[in-house]
Amino acid sequence: MHERPRLTPIQINRDLLRSVLETPLRFYVLLLFLMGLVGLGVFAATLLVTYGLGVTGLNHPVFWGFFIINFVFWVGISHAGTMISAILRLTSAEWRRPVVRAAEVMTVFSLLTAALFVVLHTGRPWRTLYWAFPYDFVRGIWPDVRSPLVWDPSAIFTYLTGSILFVYAALIPDLALARDKTTGWRRIVYGTLCLGWRGNARQWKLLNATGLLLSALILPVFVSVHSIVSWDFGMSLVPGWHVHIFAPYFVVGAVLSGVAAVIALMAVMRSLFQLHDYIRPEHFDMIGRLLAVVALAWGYFYFLDVVFALISKEEAEYEVMKLRLSPPYLYLFLLMIICNVFLPVPIWLFRKFRRNIPIMLLTALVVNIGMWLERFLIIIPTLQRRHPDAFAWGDYSASLVEISLVIFSFGNVGLLLLLFSKIFPVIPIWEEKEGHIWKREFRIGKLRLPAIVRE
Amino acid sequence: MPSVMGLFQSADTAAAAADRLQASGFGPTDYEVLTGAPYPEGAFGEDSGDHRLFIFPLGGAMIGFAVGLMVTAGTQLSYPLVTAGKPILGIPPMFIIMYEGTMLGALIFTIMGVIFESRLPNLTNDLYDARITEGYIGLVVRCEDNTQAETAQTTLAEAGAEEVKQQD
Repeated sequence: MHERPRLTPIQINRDLLRSVLETPLRFYVLLLFLMGLVGLGVFAATLLVTYGLGVTGLNHPVFWGFFIINFVFWVGISHAGTMISAILRLTSAEWRRPVVRAAEVMTVFSLLTAALFVVLHTGRPWRTLYWAFPYDFVRGIWPDVRSPLVWDPSAIFTYLTGSILFVYAALIPDLALARDKTTGWRRIVYGTLCLGWRGNARQWKLLNATGLLLSALILPVFVSVHSIVSWDFGMSLVPGWHVHIFAPYFVVGAVLSGVAAVIALMAVMRSLFQLHDYIRPEHFDMIGRLLAVVALAWGYFYFLDVVFALISKEEAEYEVMKLRLSPPYLYLFLLMIICNVFLPVPIWLFRKFRRNIPIMLLTALVVNIGMWLERFLIIIPTLQRRHPDAFAWGDYSASLVEISLVIFSFGNVGLLLLLFSKIFPVIPIWEEKEGHIWKREFRIGKLRLPAIVRE
Repeated sequence: MPSVMGLFQSADTAAAAADRLQASGFGPTDYEVLTGAPYPEGAFGEDSGDHRLFIFPLGGAMIGFAVGLMVTAGTQLSYPLVTAGKPILGIPPMFIIMYEGTMLGALIFTIMGVIFESRLPNLTNDLYDARITEGYIGLVVRCEDNTQAETAQTTLAEAGAEEVKQQD
């Protein structure tokens, strides 16, 4: 944006292709660490598939545990990526340039990880096929499209496909650049993927129009996805879930956790790939402002959820909320509120903190701890008291297999992002160069003011 | 048909070369400008032509809606089991799948549209130079014969091209 240092196209190519063309030692260290986490998950998943759901802590009446919490969490993380990208493109926000690709890619990998947890949740993953294909060909029985559990895969599939297309469309010119800068088999691969891109005026015009079109199309999908995830809960008659504000509340929560995850990703990328000239404090400043508003909106919705349950005079709703607000869940509830609102929002109100990258990274991680707890508190206490009769109540404690798979999910998204950064540029190079084309300096009196000129 | 490419270091010299080409009798559709980043439309006086990209998502949306309708109605009608007294073909739940189908169709067709309208995949071996991704600007002139190619070469060289290439 305005603080952008003046860089030549050659410098931009060199800096932003460095992660693709060079492999420093720290890359291998991180790779090994993340592969270790993924290996732990593979081991846990093998146990799960071999011995079934008995290796988890799931039991009557709590049949949705860490797997579904993690599913909702990663769908939430996926939300900010494409949303940030789409909104910033539509509004021609100049500070979007270094942020958009990492955010879009995080959407794709988070969604894939979220979908994996639904498959794991079945205990027998091959049975997932029954959802997609008729399991009784003779009588023509198909999955019931009137169920939210069928809406959900359709929404996630649409969002995932749209996000992959979104990433790919903006990647084509950079693939052509990688083609020009590599040799041998890599040149062939990049050359094939870029479809023979030349960079003529017509192609650029169409690419820009496509960016706007895809942005406009994917935003309604983004809103629908987490709304539909919320209906997995809201459409049931379970006390604590049958809440009419769940859709907007889930969407806002997803934006909060996702935008926080984008901040964490930007901080890591900046340090790992030495992108100090591209991901600058001003970018954290802008996203910090956005986060402060979103966190307050989330707090408002959560407040409504609590108040509706307490004043509705619905006994079952009241009891579920009372359980959520009693020890031991009270401590988790307080930790969640502190992590999501009371700790980060006052920090984000100050410009000097928003421009302090370690502090922003810390607050982003804290928010995501809070958001994971939020999903825990929605699912577990509710299921423990879903039945009115005390003899049907139960407890839940996650097993080591479930905890390992939660750890795996973070390693998996990290590993996929790291591998992506090794194959493709993590910052859109052509967009960065476009920003330099539009950059001008104005002199007013003794001041030289940087500015961006737009049509 | 021969084509000639001139490589320019700055946008100003490339724009001046484009003016000279037009003065030499080449039309705005006879040359294309290759750049490593998007410049404002018409910056070099070229004519990039019209496109029909906006029709593609519309067509995709209609196809996606139709598929969504077929899937929701067809699967329920194939085994009409009444659940909890609800209608077999209930509009609210069907609408969700149809909506996702509509958006999916529109998204896929948008990408198909940009690939088609950008004339991709481009399998021809047209004139190109890797320096374009380093900030150089390439002016590629399509000529009808060698005489025109010579004119283009001279014009581009006189306009300050760093290098002029010809392909027959």
